[in-house]
Amino acid sequence: MDVLIFLIPISLILGGLGLAGFLYTVRSNQYDDPDGDSRRILNDEWDDHPKP
Amino acid sequence: MAAQLNPSLAACPGCLATPREAVEDAPVATRLALSLPSIHCQACISTVERGLNAVPGVTSARVNLTLKRAMIEATPDMRATDLIPVLEGLGFEAYELDLAVLSSTQNDKAGRDLLMRLAVAGFASMNVMLLSVSIWAGAADATRDMFHWISAVITLPAIAFSAQPFFKSAWSALRVRRLNMDVPIVLALVLALVTSLWETSLSGEHAYFDAALTLTFFLLAGRYLDYRTRAVARSAAEELAALEVPRAIRLGDGVESEVAVGELAIGDLILVRPGGRMPVDGTVVSGQSELDRSLLTGETLPVFAEPGLVISAGEVNLTGPLTIRASAVGKDTSLHRMADLVAIAESGRSRYTSLADNAAKLYAPGVHILSAFSFVGWYLYTWDLRTALNIAAAVLIITCPCALGLAVPAVTTAASGRLFRKGMLIKDATALERLAQVDTVVFDKTGTLTAGTPQLINLDDVPQADLRIALALAEASAHPLSRSLAQAAREAGVAPAEVTDIHEVPGYGAEGQFRGAPVRLGRAAWVGAPPSILTTAWLDTGDGNPKGFQFTDALRPGATEAVQALLGAGKQVLLVSGDTRRVVESLASRLGITNWVGEALPEDKVARIKALSDQGHKVLMVGDGLNDTAALVAAHVSISPASALDAARVASDIVLLGQDLTPIAEACDVAQRATKRIRENFRLATLYNVIAVPLAVAGLATPLIAALAMSTSSITVSLNALRLR
Repeated sequence: MDVLIFLIPISLILGGLGLAGFLYTVRSNQYDDPDGDSRRILNDEWDDHPKP
Repeated sequence: MAAQLNPSLAACPGCLATPREAVEDAPVATRLALSLPSIHCQACISTVERGLNAVPGVTSARVNLTLKRAMIEATPDMRATDLIPVLEGLGFEAYELDLAVLSSTQNDKAGRDLLMRLAVAGFASMNVMLLSVSIWAGAADATRDMFHWISAVITLPAIAFSAQPFFKSAWSALRVRRLNMDVPIVLALVLALVTSLWETSLSGEHAYFDAALTLTFFLLAGRYLDYRTRAVARSAAEELAALEVPRAIRLGDGVESEVAVGELAIGDLILVRPGGRMPVDGTVVSGQSELDRSLLTGETLPVFAEPGLVISAGEVNLTGPLTIRASAVGKDTSLHRMADLVAIAESGRSRYTSLADNAAKLYAPGVHILSAFSFVGWYLYTWDLRTALNIAAAVLIITCPCALGLAVPAVTTAASGRLFRKGMLIKDATALERLAQVDTVVFDKTGTLTAGTPQLINLDDVPQADLRIALALAEASAHPLSRSLAQAAREAGVAPAEVTDIHEVPGYGAEGQFRGAPVRLGRAAWVGAPPSILTTAWLDTGDGNPKGFQFTDALRPGATEAVQALLGAGKQVLLVSGDTRRVVESLASRLGITNWVGEALPEDKVARIKALSDQGHKVLMVGDGLNDTAALVAAHVSISPASALDAARVASDIVLLGQDLTPIAEACDVAQRATKRIRENFRLATLYNVIAVPLAVAGLATPLIAALAMSTSSITVSLNALRLR
C-alpha cells in the first residue's frame, strides 16, 4: 500500500492541472465564440507560419 | 458561452500588459459593432474579416460567429455607415449595433463565477469519489481513516468556495424569516460535513464528503443551465434593442450634425429623412410628407403631414424630409410615458407561482420535519447523540433536491434551445409554463398578423395603358404604396410608359408629363378623387376620371397556418385591432377568425383581456404596437415580433425573431410537452425519495446508497429532459 504515497498526490496534481487549465481558458475568454473557433481551424490563411 | 464581448481583453492576455501611457498618447480609437445575420461558415468569417481589414482606417476586425457579430476597432472618424456598404458589396447584410446598449452584458461576471464554482466542485467531487470508491471496495482501518482525512482536506475548502451561492441565498431567505429551496440544501451540506468530520475523528465507518460534493456539483449544474438559458435570451433581446441606434440629425445654424437622441433638447430643430422614425415629440416646422402611425395606433392609412402637425416619437416618416421642433424629449415623450404606464401595470401583474416554487413550498418544510423526527426518534431510542445526528444527516442528504434542482432547468434549457432554433426567444423564466396553460389567443392586426407592407389587390381592374403610366410614375417614388405598385406591375409583365419630367411632390405623390399632358399618381385630394376607406393611390391621366389602385396590408408569412393550427388545437382565437372595422373584418374572414373587434382603443384591448381572464381563460396576447403594450402586460403570457417597438418587446415574455408566425402554434405545443416533462421529473425525483428515505430513516443508509440515489436520479431527470430536443 506504500505506493499510495505517490499515487494520491499524483492523481490530485493531475486533476489540479486540468482544473487550472480550465480556469485559465474561462478567464481568457476562450468560450466567447465556440462556433467560430471550431470553424476557424478550416481557415488556410495562417497555415505556413503563425499570425504575426 | 453566454454572450460576452470583451474585445479589449482580446484572446491574448499578454496584450493587457501594454504600457498605459502609450495608449493615451494615441488618438482614441472608435469601437463599432455590426450585426451580420447571414454569416454561417468559415468562408464567411474570412471574407468579412479580410474585407473589413482592407478598409483604410480599420485597425482590427474580428467576427464572432456564435453571436453573428463583427467587432471593429478603427480610427475615430470611422462610422458604421462607411463599413456597411463594404460588407453589402461582399454579399453580407450588415446592421449597426449600439454598443452602449450591448455593454451591459459585456461583462458576464455572474456566468463566469458560476462556471468556476462548478469546475471546482466537479474537480473535488471526482477526486473524493475516487477515494470513496476505494473505501466502499473494502479499505479499512488506518487506510480508511487516511482516505477520510484526505477527503476532508479536499472537501472543506471546495465546499466553502463552490457552495457560496447557496449559502448566500439561504441566508437572505432566513434573514427575512422565510424558507426557500436553499435552506435545506445548506442545512444538509453543513450537517453532512459536521457529522463526517466527527465520524472521521472517531475513525468511524461512514463519511459523507463525497455526497456533499456531488450534491453541490449537480445543484450548481442546474443553476448554471438556468443561468445560461436566461443569459442567451437576454443577450438576444439586447441585440434587438441595440439594432435601433438612437441617432438624430440636428439642425443648428443651418448645419446638419448627427447626434445621439439623448443629447436632444426641447426647442431643437431636427431633420427626419424619409424612412426615419421620429426621435422626439414635436411639431412639424417645414416639409410635407406622410406619416405611418401604425405602431402607435394600429391604423394602416398614412397620415398627411404639413407644417403645424403635432407628431409623437415613434411615428415613421414616409415620403419627404420633415423638419420638426422638439417639444418633449427622452423620458417625457409620449412613447416613454406609455412605457411607464406599462411599468405600472407590470407591478400589478398577478404573480405566477412556478411549478418549482410550488414544489419547494411542499418540499422544504417536509424535509426539515422528516429529518427532525428521525433525529428525535433515534435519540430517544438509543440515547446516543452520534447515531441520531448521523441518521438525521443521512435523511437530509438523501432527500436533498438534487433532482429537483435539475428537473426544471434541464427541461427549460432543452425547450428554449429548441424554440430558439425555430426563431423564438423565451425571455421570462416561467413563460413556457404559462404558455402551456393558454386556451385563448388574442392577435393584434397591423404589424402582427400583417407585415405592415401594402399589397395591390385590383391590378386586373385597371386598363393596361393606365397601368404603364402608373408604373413609370411609381418607379420614381420611394413611397411604400408606389414601391408595391411598381413591384406588382413589373411582376405582371407591364413595361413603363415614356413619362417625362417625373418628380415627387412630398406628401402628395408623383407627377410627370405624358404625351404633352400632366399625369399624377398620389393622394385622393391631390388628383381630385373621392376619399376612400381602403388604402388607395389614385392615377389622374388628365381625362377627369381618376383610377384607384387599392391596397391591402400583406399577410405575414405563416399567419394563416398559425391561426389554423391554433384553432385546430382547440384554442379560441380573437382579432382585436385599432384599425377600421371594414379592414379588420376582411382580414378576419381571410384568416377564418370569427371573433373580431375593430377600432379598439388600447384601453379596450386591456378590458377585453381582463374580461377573458375573469372568465377563467388563460390568454396569450400577440401584438407589436405601442397600443398593445398594456394588453401584452395584462395577458397571462405575451408574444411580440422582433419588428415591434422596444416598449412592446420589453413588455412581452416571448419575442418572435423571424418574419414567420408559424412557430407560435408550435411553441404552445412545445410548452405543453415541457410542462409535462417537468411534472414527470418531479415524479421521478419523488420516486427515488420514496425508495431511499425509509432506508435512511431506518438507519440503513450508507454513503454508497446516498451516492447511488443521488446520481441515478439526477441522470434520469436530465435524460428525460433531453427527450424534448
